Amino acid sequence: MSQTGYRMKTLLALATSGILLAGCERPPVEDVQHGFRGTGMVQVYNPRIVAEQAAHNAVPAAQPAAAEGGPIAGTIYQNVKVLGGLSIGEFNRTMLAMTSWVAPKEGCAYCHNPANLAEDSKYQKVVARRMLEMTQHINSTWKPHVQETGVTCYTCHRGQPVPANIWYTEADNTAQGAMGNRAGQNRAAAAINLSALPGDPFTPFLLNAEPIRIEGTTALPPGNRKSIKQGEWTYALMTHMSQSLGVNCTYCHNSRQFADWTQSPPQRAVAWHGIRMARELNKDYLQSLTDVFPKERKGPLGDVAKLNCATCHQGAYKPLYGAPMLKDYVTALAAPIPAPEVAPPAAAPAEGVAPPAETSSTQAPTVATDKTAKPSG
Amino acid sequence: MAEYQNIFTRVQVTAPPYPGVPLPNDGSIGGRDGKPFLAHLIGKFGDAQIGPIYLGWTGLTSILFGFIAFEIIGLNMLASVGWNWIEFVRQLPWLALEPPPPSYGLSFPPLNQGGWWLIAGFFLTSSVLLWWLRTYQRAKAHGMGPHVSWAFGAAIWLYLVLGFFRPILMGSWGEAVPFGIFPHLDWTAAFSIRYGNLFYNPFHMLSIAFLYGATLLFAMHGATILAVSRYGGERELEQIVDRGTASERAALFWRWTMGFNGTMESVHRWAWWFAVLCPITGGIGILLTGTVVDNWYLWGIKHHIVAAYPAVWAPTVDPATLPGAQP
Repeated sequence: MSQTGYRMKTLLALATSGILLAGCERPPVEDVQHGFRGTGMVQVYNPRIVAEQAAHNAVPAAQPAAAEGGPIAGTIYQNVKVLGGLSIGEFNRTMLAMTSWVAPKEGCAYCHNPANLAEDSKYQKVVARRMLEMTQHINSTWKPHVQETGVTCYTCHRGQPVPANIWYTEADNTAQGAMGNRAGQNRAAAAINLSALPGDPFTPFLLNAEPIRIEGTTALPPGNRKSIKQGEWTYALMTHMSQSLGVNCTYCHNSRQFADWTQSPPQRAVAWHGIRMARELNKDYLQSLTDVFPKERKGPLGDVAKLNCATCHQGAYKPLYGAPMLKDYVTALAAPIPAPEVAPPAAAPAEGVAPPAETSSTQAPTVATDKTAKPSG
Repeated sequence: MAEYQNIFTRVQVTAPPYPGVPLPNDGSIGGRDGKPFLAHLIGKFGDAQIGPIYLGWTGLTSILFGFIAFEIIGLNMLASVGWNWIEFVRQLPWLALEPPPPSYGLSFPPLNQGGWWLIAGFFLTSSVLLWWLRTYQRAKAHGMGPHVSWAFGAAIWLYLVLGFFRPILMGSWGEAVPFGIFPHLDWTAAFSIRYGNLFYNPFHMLSIAFLYGATLLFAMHGATILAVSRYGGERELEQIVDRGTASERAALFWRWTMGFNGTMESVHRWAWWFAVLCPITGGIGILLTGTVVDNWYLWGIKHHIVAAYPAVWAPTVDPATLPGAQP
C-alpha cells in the first residue's frame, strides 16, 4: 500500500468521524446529583453553555428609587387605569423601567403618541396596559409558581418589544390533498428540542386543559384508555419544559416512574402550578387581546402570540436564575393597585397583599383565579 | 509482499466463479440467473463472487410488494413537505407515515387518516412474509436445514406483534408504530412512558439479556476462531467431528479464563438461541403491555422487584389532589 493510499484512508477516517460527531455537544460535561446516589438522578450541565446563558440572563440595574411623597399619578395624568394609584414619582419611574425593559431602542413613542401621551391610539399601549395587569396578577395570585421572586416585564421581554419565545396555534395538519398527513408531528420543531414529537403541545395543554397524565394508577389495565399517541403529546410538552428550563427530566421526576408524586423532586409541584399559570394567562390575558393586535402580529390562524415555559425561563431553571427583580418594583407590579378615587374597599385589595384564597382552611398552596379580570383598554 | 492477518487482512483469495451445485428443480420460472463474476471491493467484506441470483416467484413478488410499501411511505412523506424534494431530503429523518388516530379503532379509516398506513403495512407485511417463504424454500432446495428461516421468523414475530397482533388485541390501529426514522424512536420512548417504564417488564429484561448476550457470544466466538485460525481453527465443521489442536487450544483458553468452554458445535447453538430469543421474548413483553399489564412499574411493586432507596426529600404532594385545585 502506497504512502498516498494511507494518507487518503486517514483523511477519510477523520472526515467520517467528524461527520458522525457533528451532532454532538463538545465536552466537558458536569453532572450534579439531584436525588439518592447511584439512581441516575442527576442534572447534566456543560459549563461552556451555562456561561453563554449566564450572560443572557444578567439582570439590568434597577431604576433609582422615586422621591417620597408627591401627588397621586391618577389625579394628575389622564387615562391612567392600572397604575393610577401610584405616586407621580413612582409612576414615572415605572414608565422609565418599562421603556428600558421592553422598547429601549424605540423609546416612549413605541406605545405613546408623543403629542398626547394619554391617548390610546397605539395598540401597543393597550397591550402594555393589559400586560401590566397580567404582571400584577401573576405576582399576587401565582405565588405557588413565582413565589416572592415574582416577575417583571423584563422576565419575558429582555429588551425586546416582542418576547423571543412565543407561540401560535398550528394549523391542524399539513395535508396535501389525500396524502401526507403529519398528524401534528414529525417535523423538527424548535420549541420541542427538534424532536419528531407533536410540534404544538401548547394548544391542547397551555391553552385548553386536555389531560396531561397518561399513565395508569393500577398495575393491570382496566380503566386507563390513554393511547400511545396521547403519550407522545405529553412527551412533547415535557420535552419543551426540559428544554425551556435547561434541565433534565430528573429535575422534576424520578424517571423510573414519571407519574409517581411521592418520589418526585419538589420542583415538580412548582412546575405543575406553572402549567396552570401559563394556561390561565394565555386564556384570560393574551387571548383577550385578540381584537387589539394588528393582523401582522397574529399567527397563521389569526390567534395572538401566546406564552409557554420558554417565554420566561429562556433556558434557565429559574428565569434570570431567580434574581429577585420584583423587589425594586413592588409598589407598581406586586399586585393590582387600588384606584386613586375612593372605591368600595371590598373590590380593591390592599397594596402588596394577595386576594384571599378561595379555601383558606388549608395551608396548601391553593390558586385563586381572577375570573373578573377583563381588559380595561 | 502480501500477508494474511487475522483482523485486517489485505489478502484476497480468489477462485474462478462457480455457479453452485445443480438442483433437481432448476430451470423453473425465475430460476437461477446471471453469469457469476468477481468484484474486488465486495471481496474485501465477503466472498468476491457476485451471482448467480435466484429470486423465484416469492422473491419477485416480495420485492414488488416491498417496493409498493416503500413508495406509499415515501410519497406520503414527500406530500407532507408539499412535494418539495429539497425539504424531503432535509427533513427525511423526521418524516413519517402515521397510523390512524385511536378513535378509528380497528375500522378502515380515510386514506389520509391512516388508511395509507394500513395499506403500506399490508404490502410490507406481505413482502416480509414472502421473503421468509423464499428463505425457507431456498434452504429446502439446497438440502439445508431451515435455521435461517426460523431465525428470520423470530424477527417477524416481533414485527407482527408491534404492528398487527397487539393493535388488534388493544382494539386500535393507533397503538401501532409509525413508519419513520425518528418518529418510530419517539414512539418507542412514548410506549415505555405510557405503560409505566418497560424496564420493569420481565420479558423486556430477558430480551435485553439475549440481545447483549448474543453480541457477547458473537464477539467471543469470532475472536476465538480468528485467534486459532493459524492452526486451522476456521475449519469449524471439520473440527467438530475431528477435534484438532485449534479446538484444543481454544477450549483450554476458555477453561483457563472462564472455567468451562463451549464446543465447536455447541457455540453455534448458543449463538442462534440467544439471537432468536431476543425478539421472541421481546415480542412476548410487547404483547403483554397494555393487554395484560398497564403499568409495569406498579406491576413491579406488586411483585417486589422494585428497589427501595431512601428518600432525599419529603414526599411531594400531588397538587391536583389538594382542595380547590384546578384540573
